[in-house]
Amino acid sequence: MSDRFKIGLLLFPALSIIVVLFFGGLLVGLMRSFNYMPVIGLTQPDLSAYVSVFTDKEFYLSFLLTFHIAFTSTVISCILAVAAALLLRRQFIGRAVVNFLFQLNLTVPHLVGAIGILYLFSQSGSFARLAAEWGMIAGPSDFPALVFDPYAIGIILQYVWKEVPFIGVIVLANMQSIGEDYESVARSLGASRWQAFRHVLLPLIFPGMLSASVMVFAFTFGAYEIPAILGANYPAALPVLAYRHYTDVDLAARPEAMAMAIIIALLSAVMIYFYVRFSRQRVRS
Amino acid sequence: MQRNGSLLGSSFRFLTGALLITWLVLPLIPLAIWSFAKGWFYPSLLPKMWSLKAWKYAFSDTSGVLDSLWLTIGISLAATFLSVLVGVPAGRALGMYQFKGKSAVELLILAPMIVPGIAVVLGIHSVFISMGLTNSVPGVILVHLIPTIPYMVLVMAGIFANYDPAFESQARSLGASAPKTFWYVTLPAIMPGIIVGGLFAFLVSWSQYILTLLIGGGRVVTLPLLLFNFATSGRNDITGAIGMIYILPGIIILILTAKHLSGRSGAVGGFGQI
Repeated sequence: MSDRFKIGLLLFPALSIIVVLFFGGLLVGLMRSFNYMPVIGLTQPDLSAYVSVFTDKEFYLSFLLTFHIAFTSTVISCILAVAAALLLRRQFIGRAVVNFLFQLNLTVPHLVGAIGILYLFSQSGSFARLAAEWGMIAGPSDFPALVFDPYAIGIILQYVWKEVPFIGVIVLANMQSIGEDYESVARSLGASRWQAFRHVLLPLIFPGMLSASVMVFAFTFGAYEIPAILGANYPAALPVLAYRHYTDVDLAARPEAMAMAIIIALLSAVMIYFYVRFSRQRVRS
Repeated sequence: MQRNGSLLGSSFRFLTGALLITWLVLPLIPLAIWSFAKGWFYPSLLPKMWSLKAWKYAFSDTSGVLDSLWLTIGISLAATFLSVLVGVPAGRALGMYQFKGKSAVELLILAPMIVPGIAVVLGIHSVFISMGLTNSVPGVILVHLIPTIPYMVLVMAGIFANYDPAFESQARSLGASAPKTFWYVTLPAIMPGIIVGGLFAFLVSWSQYILTLLIGGGRVVTLPLLLFNFATSGRNDITGAIGMIYILPGIIILILTAKHLSGRSGAVGGFGQI
């Protein structure tokens, strides 16, 4: 048996499932978004779904909101994760506990975190009660709207809660395998602490940090259940909007849902491009 | 001066560490309290009365929570088993061989780890309708394979990259058949990878929401769907109890595998999806 044949045989089951389900799903979504489905008699592809998506104000608001959620969550998580990794590199009392909780958070599904954030930050939640206890607010409506709010603060808080450990664990492992020698050299040559971090450590951890961030961005852009629990009704996050259109009683809205799914897929294709670029860099360095 | 600085530094680290610990457990606390609360209204900081009602309800035969728990375990076990079955050979090909088109294959396997489920599941749903796979457990298991297989392949590729195939050829030259060689030589060597990869693939399937919601069509009610329904209908006490049950497997798996969970292993990448 030649190696080529053997490799093909080994890869066949996994690849065929992924190609059929994943790429098949994408392809069917793409076809339906163009109103093209010969099996059910739709033989004239058109752009009507895209036209109605791109002329709908709600779509633009939803896209901007979703981009804001993904971008803000990723940037904040990334900064806090690097800070946390820098902290966890040192010895201190409680380090083992932080380490354990980091890993624990990785296993807690986003949905549970979203419900927790809801109970903490809603207008009758734990923080509103604390504020009332301290006499800072007279009633629930005085508490600032942090969930179901137009700025998606609750959603971002949930993602930060969940993704700081995710990026942090990856960045910390990166730092540990790099070691501290390069920084000590820089320090002994007269670099300040900040300079040693900014010009020595940061460039070294950058590719790993970015490839983790790309995964976070793609996830936060496409997740459904978190904005469904914590988000405002209008505008809703893009995945929520797509789901609503898909399950609309009016079946004509389905191609529009498919068009939105394709837009999400295109954005994640861009993310894959960056992921591959950064992880190649990581391998090279 | 130096001592002073390091004392300042260590108390700063202790304080930020304490802050971090608080923030990390904070969202889970109201869930835990709610599950034992009997009416917990604004502005009480803690429930006035405690009760086990939510837990009794969750474990009663009529609530459907236990049925949902077994169903979720069954679906995740099946998805894990199938992922191991196809992920081990694929991981072997990617970990042990260099071949033309390898990076393209890696890209194909990586794509489902980054592209969100909602982007593919709508298309799958319209095909599954015609195949009679919607609203069914097999359909849900199939669609869970999209996130679990890439994950399993990645972990196994890492295992096979550090695997020495010389033992296999020695066993073969001593007269062992191919199945025997696999059973007595290969399998024990890669078992740790299968266990860790399998446990994490289980968690990936365990946490799926939108794939189950669409393909299951509301008929296949796994634990996350039940949790979502109770959370949005305002039954906070029962939500708390189901939430606690729902995170338990993750905690157990973490305790079993904590030492494998370093960011250096490819395994961690899969947690981006949970």
